[in-house]
Amino acid sequence: MNSVLGDKKAIAILLGPALLVYTLITMVPVLWSFGLTFFKGNPLQGFEFNGIVNYQRIFTDSYVHDAFWFTIKYAIITSIGQIILGYGLALLYMFVLKKSSTLVRTLVFFPVVLPTVAISLLYQKLFQSAPNDGLINELLVNVGLGSVDWLGAGDTAFIVIVIMDIWRSMGFYGVLLFSGLLDIPEDIIESARIDGARFWSLLRHIILPMSLPILFASIIFSLNGTVKVFDSVFALTAGGPGNQTTPLTLYMYRTAFQFSDYGYGSTIALLLTIICLVITLMLFRSSRRDNTL
Amino acid sequence: MAGVIGVSALALAGCAGGGGGASAPDALTFLKNSENTTTEPILDALADGECAAEQKVLPLEVSSVPQAELDAQVQLLASQNGLPAMFSAGGNPAEGAKLVEQGVILDLDEALTDLGVRDKISEGAVSTIEKLYGGKFSFLPFQYNIEGIFYNKALFAENGWEEPQTWTELTDLAAEVKAAGYTPFAASGEQGWPLTRLVSGYTFRSLGADALQKVADGDAKLTDPEYVEAAQAIADLGAEGYFGENVTSLDYDAATNEFLTGNAAMIYMGSWLLGNINSDANAIGAENVGFMPFPAVEGGAGDIGEYPANVGLPATFGSKTYTPEVADWLGCIAENYGNAAAEQGQITGFISDVEVEQNEVTATISDTIATSTDSVLWFEALFPAKASSVSSTNAALLVTGQLSAEDFMALVQDAIDNP
Repeated sequence: MNSVLGDKKAIAILLGPALLVYTLITMVPVLWSFGLTFFKGNPLQGFEFNGIVNYQRIFTDSYVHDAFWFTIKYAIITSIGQIILGYGLALLYMFVLKKSSTLVRTLVFFPVVLPTVAISLLYQKLFQSAPNDGLINELLVNVGLGSVDWLGAGDTAFIVIVIMDIWRSMGFYGVLLFSGLLDIPEDIIESARIDGARFWSLLRHIILPMSLPILFASIIFSLNGTVKVFDSVFALTAGGPGNQTTPLTLYMYRTAFQFSDYGYGSTIALLLTIICLVITLMLFRSSRRDNTL
Repeated sequence: MAGVIGVSALALAGCAGGGGGASAPDALTFLKNSENTTTEPILDALADGECAAEQKVLPLEVSSVPQAELDAQVQLLASQNGLPAMFSAGGNPAEGAKLVEQGVILDLDEALTDLGVRDKISEGAVSTIEKLYGGKFSFLPFQYNIEGIFYNKALFAENGWEEPQTWTELTDLAAEVKAAGYTPFAASGEQGWPLTRLVSGYTFRSLGADALQKVADGDAKLTDPEYVEAAQAIADLGAEGYFGENVTSLDYDAATNEFLTGNAAMIYMGSWLLGNINSDANAIGAENVGFMPFPAVEGGAGDIGEYPANVGLPATFGSKTYTPEVADWLGCIAENYGNAAAEQGQITGFISDVEVEQNEVTATISDTIATSTDSVLWFEALFPAKASSVSSTNAALLVTGQLSAEDFMALVQDAIDNP
């Protein structure tokens, strides 16, 4: 056994075919898309070469600017929400609920399993304002405030999207970070308690530093996922009203498939790839400096 | 290693280029837009009745896609050679014309003449189709619509309101309706086009029937003051609250129901609404629905007799899946659609030869179609896909005051100039 797995050539032969298929399937479309950024057109009408026009256009296109800032804003706010609430939940499971946390964990995790489109439709009805008020507007009216057209303006629609996505995914981060907290040795916490440490100092000096690796992993995961948001926004507002809740992914989809310009759509896809790459590199670099990975 | 990747890439590229050949369909697959609720009932009636024989050979299978995504979906299927036997297309006429150019659509002129049923299509409908879709008769007029304002006759009679003939009379009427506690206009901000129809209505009345053709040809810009005036007129309606609350989130069905349940006094819509008006879903009753043209604008170059006409979001047959069995279906549909539609109270571009009892509103519309002097198109009719999308997604912002009239027209003009 060891002689087979120890031999480099044997490993190459065993892994080779699968690695080749995997590389082709992931790399070829990426390179193809990169190639398309120098063209203009679509499969139905054909492609024509137009050099770096797409790149020049992406710097001056106000729709791309709007979509870019929306994506960044959404990614940062939703990630912060997801991580903080997820961490809070993990601490809850660890210190308050302890053994009986299974039921709560499962219930809070449940929205993660639901289809995002179904959740978007749910929230559409919850925050409905026309023709009849949904639940939230009814509550507002009963309290004495007026009803709000939540999905009728960019700012309020943004709030709904953020609430929806945090509600949906905080259960996942709760479970993920909980597994990280479980790795902290019990005796360290016990001895700190015996020494008289209160909860907040326990958190600051022991728990937070020791769960930093899993926190970093969650932040990368979260940022990468939120930058690429598509289905929840598409199902809730379709990017509306106007293009006030259009992230880069949705604008890229529209450009390629609705406005029939695969070339410019590919350029936007390239921009998105670069953003994800930059985020990942930044986080890896800062974590390596801490020497915790 | 690089060589292996290179060869594989070539192989994959070759695969993608050709695509599989379209095989003969074993069902009459029909892809339509979800918002179209009027075509399927008639096709079902035909499948049970006059076309039962064709139904046995090729059963009808209908699937739906939201209207905003239909053009993109059809283009994708077209490029993969996977179009269904029958499909709706041309939500944006420029996109429909592209499909015609690429030869994926059947030449209906030829096909219908071969089947001997070419005379079953009304010439008015054929000419509208040719105007919209690059000069060829390549789409079937399952709907042939004119547009105008449907109004609640009982409500009007109760309050002593008359049909407005001019724009000022309309806005005065709207104020009175609002004071009486009803919503003057039901309109779907979520769809957007019901609002931009009002903009084009005003434009045609104030600037003449060729106003938007000039914009499409580049001889005028939407940002010219006389065009902005039209957008401003509609923005003013919104500023006065004549569209009711929260128009942005109102979808098509909800807006139609606002009118059919009596909450709204008027709705600008096309004659495809007759299908809903003549159905059981109409709470106010078909005899209480009236139809009037979009009013004239004082001092305008347009004529109140010019009705916006269209063929709805039409359906057509794919050229690659046109087998003899599909041809039989096409022949049966062309022969009998007109009559089946007339029995359900709908008006189409197919000629019907049965005498059907028509209620007043249906009769008014039939007569108007027969006697109108000239037809005009609609706001986004001659715009490319991006401008069409920008226009309909920003329309609600125009009427809620979040976008000024100048900014709205500037956005659309920019999308026309940079598709």
